[in-house]
Amino acid sequence: MTRTTTAVTRAEYCVIACAEAWRGDGEVLASPMGTVPTLGARLAKLTFAPELLLTDGEALLMGDVPALGERSSVTEGWLPYRRHLTMVMGGRRHVMMGASQIDRFGNQNISCVGDWHRPARQLLGVRGAPANTLNNPVSYWVPRHAKRVFVERVDMVCGVGHDRAAAAGPSATRYHDLRRVVSNLGVFDFATPDRSMRVVSAHPGVSAAQIHEATSFALPVPAALAPTREPTAAELRLIRDVLDPTGLREREVRP
Amino acid sequence: MTDPAEVRGAGDARAVRDGGGGGGVRDKIMTPEEVVRRLESGMTLGIGGWGSRRKPMALVRALLRSDVTDLTVVAYGGPDVGLLLAAGKVRTLVTAFVTLDSIPLEPHFRAARERGGLDLVELDEAMFLQGLTAAAQRLPFLPVRAGLGSDVLRVNPRLRTVTSPYEDGEKLVAVPALRMDAALVHLNRADRLGNGQYLGPDPYFDDLFCEAADTAYVSCERLVDFGAPSDSPADAPPPRTAPQTLLVSRHSVTGVTETAGGAHFTSCAPDYGRDEPFQKAYATAAASPDGWAQFHDRFLSGSEEDYHQAVRTWHKEQR
Repeated sequence: MTRTTTAVTRAEYCVIACAEAWRGDGEVLASPMGTVPTLGARLAKLTFAPELLLTDGEALLMGDVPALGERSSVTEGWLPYRRHLTMVMGGRRHVMMGASQIDRFGNQNISCVGDWHRPARQLLGVRGAPANTLNNPVSYWVPRHAKRVFVERVDMVCGVGHDRAAAAGPSATRYHDLRRVVSNLGVFDFATPDRSMRVVSAHPGVSAAQIHEATSFALPVPAALAPTREPTAAELRLIRDVLDPTGLREREVRP
Repeated sequence: MTDPAEVRGAGDARAVRDGGGGGGVRDKIMTPEEVVRRLESGMTLGIGGWGSRRKPMALVRALLRSDVTDLTVVAYGGPDVGLLLAAGKVRTLVTAFVTLDSIPLEPHFRAARERGGLDLVELDEAMFLQGLTAAAQRLPFLPVRAGLGSDVLRVNPRLRTVTSPYEDGEKLVAVPALRMDAALVHLNRADRLGNGQYLGPDPYFDDLFCEAADTAYVSCERLVDFGAPSDSPADAPPPRTAPQTLLVSRHSVTGVTETAGGAHFTSCAPDYGRDEPFQKAYATAAASPDGWAQFHDRFLSGSEEDYHQAVRTWHKEQR
């Protein structure tokens, strides 16, 4: 009896869905925020996207792919914040950020809830979201898909969505590239005529109705709702035995 | 290694050396209190480091003991900003975030925002870098793509755009220079002339802060003489240590002060890491007025020496 015969968990589908965000990106920096995106990026590098660059979360580019919480033993480069910001502006990067709120055109908020002048709840601030969204590919990770996250309008546009980029003109759209949104329920993108969000796949066990109930705006579902793909046996082994043996992924995603 | 006490003693001679009519280079050693005496209410004050990393906390604590107030603070914010906010010393805050890193949001900053009345200039991290760079280069602004389409422009109507004069005709954000009256930074090593060295993996933006300010004060873990022979590789003069670690140059520095443990409780690699248990206690205390009053009484009501003694005692109690 091997561990890979146990059922694939929701968190593991999420890791696969996050990893897929970096497929085909080539030699760019993968910047994951959160446990599941970090596992996704490391899994992608160990399998189908070996050219990706990864950081140790501080100032070093890792030449190997350590488990979560482990130190890298090979340093292949130096990436202090000032060079990191230059890399953002240079575009050789694909970040997966969190989102406290996200709307149908991909506008994202991590700054505050309520009126910016006196917020009901102060959050992280805009951080690097404005620069990220205008300069390099951006994806989002939402561990708890809910109506208060998938909102009609975000309270503060930090990450720029398609409608706002278009309204701001060619300098804003030139490198604007929202790739995908991964939640605990499914995978979403913006490949519609008006660049609004649509469902790409639902994780196995999730229905279209569940997604609709957890989303404040109309979210078109394809006639045949595809399931998020199954992990391969090798991928499951890498997730479970190599990258996250203590199961931190299960703490970020409720079954 | 140079004896710090010896170096400090030599500081008394600074006026003589400076006024010697040539040859000598001015000795810039001063105490944290002397640094703070040079600051005035209403100033625009830059603070180096990043989040809860290598912040000039001893200088911030000295500032807390002073009556300097009504400050415009420019920082990639951490507990430095939190402490100044809690003390009611901040009129305007220019920042991209205020974080404790291992705790995503600084509790005093959160409270100040949710209470209302804090004049906040919220910039993107890259916009902030361009603002520092513009100030260091004495430019009125630098263009940046970041900010277009975002609400950073909505909530800060002072921000303007600029149009490229070339064929592309691109419209970009003109980030105004973040020019400062004074900057405070903390480095691993410095000499009496104001040359500062970082030994950790990240310089952050401390050199830019110094160059973007009219006056700049460097606190350091240890005063050294970069020209003297040394037994310790970390204190060896260049080129035995990598010369690119000499981040801050004396031409941009007004004063130097030795404050061992001066970044506590933020990290100061490789001298020490962040004091995570103490930071957690700080954040817990900051979340309630009573908790904060107790924390303040215990840790912040005395001298810098009292602070470190109280922290040591606190750690013993935690065992």
